[in-house]
Amino acid sequence: MPEQKTLATTGNLVVAEAMRQCKPDVVAAYPITPQTTIVEEFAGFVAKGKTDCEYVTVESEHSAMSTCIGASAAGARVMTATSSQGLALMWEELHIASGMRLPIVMANANRALSAPINIHCDHGDIMGARDAGWVTYFAETAQEAYDNTIMALRVAEHPDVLLPAISALDGFITTHSIDRVCVMDDATVADFVGDYESASALLDTDDPVLHGSFSGLGGPFFEFKRQQREAMEGARAVIKEVGAEYSELSGRPFDVIETWGMEDAETAVVVIGSTAGNARHVARELRANGRKVGVVKVRVWRPFPYAELAAALKGLKAVAVLDRAESFGAEGGPLFTEVRGALYDLETRVPVVGYIYGLGGADVRLELIERVYDDLSDIAAGSAAPAGLVYLGAREEA
Amino acid sequence: MKWDISEMGSWTYGQFPPGAIIPEAGNSNDYITGGWRSERPWRDDATCTQCLLCWIVCPDSSINVADEKVTSFDLDHCKGCGICAQVCPVDAIEMVPEGCELPGVK
Ligand code: SF4
Ligand code: SF4
Repeated sequence: MPEQKTLATTGNLVVAEAMRQCKPDVVAAYPITPQTTIVEEFAGFVAKGKTDCEYVTVESEHSAMSTCIGASAAGARVMTATSSQGLALMWEELHIASGMRLPIVMANANRALSAPINIHCDHGDIMGARDAGWVTYFAETAQEAYDNTIMALRVAEHPDVLLPAISALDGFITTHSIDRVCVMDDATVADFVGDYESASALLDTDDPVLHGSFSGLGGPFFEFKRQQREAMEGARAVIKEVGAEYSELSGRPFDVIETWGMEDAETAVVVIGSTAGNARHVARELRANGRKVGVVKVRVWRPFPYAELAAALKGLKAVAVLDRAESFGAEGGPLFTEVRGALYDLETRVPVVGYIYGLGGADVRLELIERVYDDLSDIAAGSAAPAGLVYLGAREEA
Repeated sequence: MKWDISEMGSWTYGQFPPGAIIPEAGNSNDYITGGWRSERPWRDDATCTQCLLCWIVCPDSSINVADEKVTSFDLDHCKGCGICAQVCPVDAIEMVPEGCELPGVK
């Protein structure tokens, strides 16, 4: 196993480091809290000559992603980073990047969307991009943000995939907290990601091609969407292959979901992002008191690991899904509806309850998670599930 | 690359180049765009002075010319906009509804 350096650093700084090590040809980005220190750090690498990447400063995220699309179509390896309103401003380009099958890799510092204005963590931004056709990794820690970014590039550029990919990390909690992170040396990462050879580069004048064509009524638009579906399905195997190879190299385990205590758990919490740590902490304490509880963390959100979740949650007496994003008018948050869907084909019905928590950076205190496990114990013991969605910790009328 | 799209109408989804890339340069001639025309131009050769103004203005390069003389219209690509008829100084071009008999053609 190659030697690694252990750093005390933040999620953002280590994502910038991963970007530098992946040797992108072009980075076009616009700063936005709490992503700013990624692009700041990366701009520093450019200024100090630590990368020969073409760094394009643009006037908005709309232009950032447009530039990334142009550069990627030209045949370049392209990376960027954004957050919240910035991701929202990229909305139309997100779909264009995936439709044109451009393997752009973007970090997203998960942050609430306005209004009211708020700069803190929730998943409202990233969940809004869930249908944009991007492979999406979620980090719990700075370490995972680093590892996910590197793996995401390999997956995105894989000939069986050729889709853009997002490496998401929780705003402030993961982007700005000092964390212990092991980083690999430049040569090891460079070797792992390899070189990117576009099969249809616009700048290949010997073999000219056209990108950005039209497919109107009667044209094969429908068939192109089917291709994207196949590519996203194909990503499942590639994510696992690349993850296994990366695990071997780094010594850190990887799977699309991470389970804790699930061997004999009777109830479990399903969670995505940094709150997985809180959930494990509470679960560990409850287990010390003899409660058979588990945690399932979703690390890859797109393609959604429904088969893995069904296998992990099968036979449980009650499951809680924690959503840090709203889907107003839906039965629950985006993770809740996906998890419930994943369990539908099981022979025995698993009761699933949905919680919305931590919107706009609202604190996820340990007693809130404990309350979730208490609810699950009640349901497992035969009590009725909470009627409808629970806003965990929101001030409510008594 | 030479790209044969003659059977494209029956291609299944796996046969299209990913990302809707068009892998052959300069192949727009193979793409028939005349189908949306509701009126077609008809030129009276006896009136035409061969000034070539219509050839200059046609936005779809659909006026066929040989030996510096207008010969015919490229009806695979003419969209029926009527600009040629509008600019013709001697009114030699007439726009005729699609599906009707052309003047002078019995
Ligand atoms: S009708 Fe329009 S497209 Fe057709 S030949 Fe005339 S100018 Fe060209
Ligand atoms: S503009 Fe009229 S006169 Fe001139 S070439 Fe065309 S049809 Fe003939």
